[in-house]
Amino acid sequence: MSDFETVAASEDPNARRGPSGEPNAPNQVGGTSVTPGRPRSLAGDAWRDLRRKPIFWISSALVLVVTAMAAVPALFTAADPADCVLSRQHAGPSGGAIFGYDFQGCDTYARAVYGARASLLVGALSALLTGLIALTVGMLAGYFGRWIDAVLSRVIDIVLGIPLLLAAIVLLKRVASDSATVRIAAVIFVLAVLGWTTTARVVRSSVITAKEQDYVAAARMLGASNSRIMWRHILPNTLAPAIVVLTIALGSFIAAEATLSFLGIGLKEPTISWGIDINSGRVHMRESATPLIVPSTFLALTVLAFIMLGDAIRDAFDPKLR
Amino acid sequence: MVRFILRRLLQMVLAFFGTTLIVYALMFAGQGDPIQALAGERPVTDAQRAYLTEKFHLDRTGIDGFFYRYFDYIRNLLRGDLGESLTGRQIGDILAAAWPVTIKLALIAMTVTVLVGVTAGVLAGIRRASVFDNSTLLLTLVVLAVPTIVLAPIAQYLLGVRWQLFPPTAGADPDFYALLLPGIVLGSLSLATALRLTRTSVAENLRADYVRTARSKGLVKRRIVGIHVLRNSLIPVVTFLGVELGNLMGGAIITEGVFNIPGVGFNLFRAIRTEDGPLVVGIVSVLVVVYLIANLVVDVLYAVLDPRIRYE
Repeated sequence: MSDFETVAASEDPNARRGPSGEPNAPNQVGGTSVTPGRPRSLAGDAWRDLRRKPIFWISSALVLVVTAMAAVPALFTAADPADCVLSRQHAGPSGGAIFGYDFQGCDTYARAVYGARASLLVGALSALLTGLIALTVGMLAGYFGRWIDAVLSRVIDIVLGIPLLLAAIVLLKRVASDSATVRIAAVIFVLAVLGWTTTARVVRSSVITAKEQDYVAAARMLGASNSRIMWRHILPNTLAPAIVVLTIALGSFIAAEATLSFLGIGLKEPTISWGIDINSGRVHMRESATPLIVPSTFLALTVLAFIMLGDAIRDAFDPKLR
Repeated sequence: MVRFILRRLLQMVLAFFGTTLIVYALMFAGQGDPIQALAGERPVTDAQRAYLTEKFHLDRTGIDGFFYRYFDYIRNLLRGDLGESLTGRQIGDILAAAWPVTIKLALIAMTVTVLVGVTAGVLAGIRRASVFDNSTLLLTLVVLAVPTIVLAPIAQYLLGVRWQLFPPTAGADPDFYALLLPGIVLGSLSLATALRLTRTSVAENLRADYVRTARSKGLVKRRIVGIHVLRNSLIPVVTFLGVELGNLMGGAIITEGVFNIPGVGFNLFRAIRTEDGPLVVGIVSVLVVVYLIANLVVDVLYAVLDPRIRYE
């Protein structure tokens, strides 16, 4: 599937198949421009780089706005998204509703604002769950190697080979309940179960590089247990690349949720989702296009913001790309 | 090399059984009464029930019965018999009718990807950090981030309904012109990915030692880029395109749905909506085989193209 993760994986030297043996990004020091006194850390370097990028600021602002929209939608609109009156079907913009009304006579803008919550909830929680699975699997495979690595890597290969949309359709088809909570939980679970592989590969390769470092050997010589080495020494060094991949994954999860809801198997009414609204807007686009365009714009901008943010952070953290 | 191919084939067989088993289990396990589901609201007579139970081997229950039916299904599948959908049509016939359309659409998308994506990617890679490079990077980021469920309806609305440059829907037996807009929409995603891959790969190879050597030998730039760099940097792109072609063959559910194109993805989606279990399992298992074969071909091609890659 040509989603953003394919590109991310191909451009990220840490995400290559198998141990590449290349020095990992977090261990390279910026080198040329060390200020006198305290040498800058990689994170400090990345921050200096990020501060100068307009894309970083634009995407952060968008992410902030959408998060605020999801938390307190009443800040952005006074209208009630459930207040639908058929007599104002496809009515034009007015004082209260700046983008007019949709087929059911609901306020188009209010529905788009309230749709942020479901999207962000699904995106954030699936990214979190993905992160947990990926960190566990990647850490076990990378740290212990041998047959554990062989088995886990094959599992990753197989899950990676399953087309996401097809599998999600088959899995979600099994969820009969129409309760909003159950459906949201099901979508989160399905996305995480199918989407953890890329992150797990990234974690695995950074664990492999990290465990060869001298400080790990030193810790082992001092008698540190496996769990202490993994938890205290290796984990902090694998977190940065994993978080970058997860930010991008969050964007694609939001897109995936909307796609599933668009097809009618993800979230269902009365949950407000951009995917559902885009689908109903599409059906009636000949009568009025705004109910299609408004949620489409909201969805596209949100996904774009997360992906751009992740992309900018990754560029900043990767000294090879500078 | 032979050993590698053999091992890959073995892996492929395992993946095939694993995936079909999962799909089969999800579609059929824990289902209510399939015979009643087939009949809908109408009553089922005892004779009909007995006949159908016998025909679909439903008399065996539990795990034993499930595996019995699964292996029965696999046996038929290997013989090329995909069975019947719940509407009584041969699944093989449905696929035979849908596939040419999907392949046509996939080829249009592929052509767009190769012509625009790879060319622009090479240019962006050579002129790294130029205005062209930066604007293509931003543009592809936007294309990658905009989901198909936004891109397809908006393109349909603007180009099909508003400005009427293309037919808004394809319908039965579509011609090339009707498939052009869906093809471009479908290809835009792979285009952006291919562009970025090519760019990164070209830019990386331009810094390689052999390029420095070629330059110091006094070769002209066109030859360095056209022969040395291009040959090496297109390897990941070829891999990607192969996998992508496998994906596109599976049909694009959203694009085919929005533009009403009677291809494989469209049929699959309709089968899911109408709860046609046998049809879903039939299409998905064929798609899995296509996907696995595409992956195998790409892996072998990879080894042939790049002498540095040695398996074993």
